[in-house]
Amino acid sequence: MGKIVEIEGVNKIYGSNKVVRDLNLTVDEGEFLTLLGSSGCGKTTTLRMIAGFEEPTTGTIKVEGEKVEDKEPFERNVNTVFQSYALFPHMTIFNNIAYGLRMKKVPKDEIKERVLKMMELVQLGGFEKRYPSQLSGGQRQRVAIARALINKPKVLLLDEPLGALDLKLRKQMQLELKRLQKKLNITFIYVTHDQEEALTMSDRIAVMHDGVIDQLATPSEIYEHPKTRFVATFIGETNIYDGCITRIKDGVATITLENGEVSVKCPEDFKLLEYATISVRPEKMKFSKEKVDGFGLVAQVKDYVYVGSVLKCIVILPNGNELRIERLAGQELPEIGSKCYPYWNVEDAVLIHNESHYIFEALNSIQLA
Amino acid sequence: MAGKSKHEFRANTLPAIITVGPVALIMLLLVAAPLMYVGVMSFCSIDEYYNVTHDLTLGNYVRLANTDYLKIYVQSLLIAFITTILCILIGYPFSYIIARSKSRFKRIFYMLVIIPFWTNSLIRIYGWRSFLGTNGWLNSSLVSLGIVSEPIDFLYKNGTTILGMVYCLIPFMILPLYTAIEKLDGTLLEASADLGAKPVSTFFTVILPLTSSGIFSGSLMVFIPCLGYFFVADILGGGNSDVIGNLIERQFQSGNNWPLGAALSIILIIVTLVLVKAYQKLGGDMDALGV
Repeated sequence: MGKIVEIEGVNKIYGSNKVVRDLNLTVDEGEFLTLLGSSGCGKTTTLRMIAGFEEPTTGTIKVEGEKVEDKEPFERNVNTVFQSYALFPHMTIFNNIAYGLRMKKVPKDEIKERVLKMMELVQLGGFEKRYPSQLSGGQRQRVAIARALINKPKVLLLDEPLGALDLKLRKQMQLELKRLQKKLNITFIYVTHDQEEALTMSDRIAVMHDGVIDQLATPSEIYEHPKTRFVATFIGETNIYDGCITRIKDGVATITLENGEVSVKCPEDFKLLEYATISVRPEKMKFSKEKVDGFGLVAQVKDYVYVGSVLKCIVILPNGNELRIERLAGQELPEIGSKCYPYWNVEDAVLIHNESHYIFEALNSIQLA
Repeated sequence: MAGKSKHEFRANTLPAIITVGPVALIMLLLVAAPLMYVGVMSFCSIDEYYNVTHDLTLGNYVRLANTDYLKIYVQSLLIAFITTILCILIGYPFSYIIARSKSRFKRIFYMLVIIPFWTNSLIRIYGWRSFLGTNGWLNSSLVSLGIVSEPIDFLYKNGTTILGMVYCLIPFMILPLYTAIEKLDGTLLEASADLGAKPVSTFFTVILPLTSSGIFSGSLMVFIPCLGYFFVADILGGGNSDVIGNLIERQFQSGNNWPLGAALSIILIIVTLVLVKAYQKLGGDMDALGV
């Protein structure tokens, strides 16, 4: 697989506001890559720089190995599906979809054939003569996708395309988009703030935070081995503990928390006495009625919430922090108000470098000097 | 349901009379009644002392079908047409730049169009006359700079009248255009570029069709007053480029033939109504006219 989009050292600065900072990203041909992050993280700006609507302040963007920073949007072989769809209100659906081909001066007969075929593909057959205002949200969405795809772009950029749809339609469109992408084998760069959407559709996810990519990996890697505290909390539900590594033995670290000691499998780049964060997914958390070796947490069962397939237990630690533990419905459970000992399998917890550790280290070195 | 709406009607009648009633009365007395009087007068005749007599006749209208009058109607329509075209050509780029600009001086530029409105247009037109006159600023500058040896006759030409018309009426073009262009969704322009359209194509396929409502209403608001702005044609055209408004003014003033003037007024009203109707048929929005 070749590299289709290469972003190297791109910065985007508005006044004193650094929207995108030193961004490096390579997208492979035929890949479904998602830029995921909360609003204002720079994901849309990144997309707009690839499309050509914004110019990077510094750095280069290559599409198919060719530098495009200085090219106008109409000169780039990428197409965009806009969040608001941006359908031309004064044109019929047929003319909307045919727009790109007309601009390329494709012969009329070919345009007709290709537009009708594309309309079939996105299940809009028979809507040629309607206007955008006569369609439902989901149908407009399909028109927007068809209008972009008909140009056979090398890369399709999608800016929160499902944001305006209701939940059920969104789920359906997620699968449909994925199906289209596989079928046409076009590279998709997809922007969303919906972590579930990202996990469902993507080959790889780039989690953006404050203009920086925190982690770029496959959905399962992102979910199971988050690299930063932000990634751990942003993707799915998790329990976070901050503590200090007080012992490392046989690849297992003992971490002293405010509420007691716990054990975590320790990757090699963690050092003794480092301040670190632990993330444990609710479904990996367990609790016992007796003390478990290596875990010193004691908690009180506060509440159970039944959510269909699973039961969410909320237990409370002595310092007031709440933990979430998921259990399959029907399992035996401690009573509300009773004492329990939360624990996990050492390999199920993820150890994350804590940003404040670097500050702590820096302060230390200043003091030593 | 019927009972309820009846009840509502009764409950709303009194407030409606109190609020809308006085306005309706004023409109009736000051607009509708005089208009009817003009309509009636257009069928009246005059005696030898130029007094209006109530012998009803179609003579006024027959007189107006004369070729001399027809010539002026055509000339008048032509002046209005050229004025409208010029207003579009000047007003569109101007409105576009202001409406799409992100500058914080946007409002100020917009105000610069509005402010001259606050001065009487008669005074502004006299200003143009003294600027363009034989001993006006422009000619004396040209002569003293040695660009021309003799002052140029700028005044009393069709072109001068059109210049004055454009000057007076261009705000009526800019305001609806500005509104239409400002409403234009910027992402549509991005979408067009994204789909491979060069700026010129985007202009003709997206921008122009989506702002045509502004051009329509602006054109109507320039064209119609242009037929009646007699003082511009008087002061700058000096009788060489009369519009329908001049004919009307002359019949009421020096001609002292009120019935004939009334008939001309009725013709002007009919022309206006036809144009408004055509505008509506073309899908124009009446609210955009601000009437």
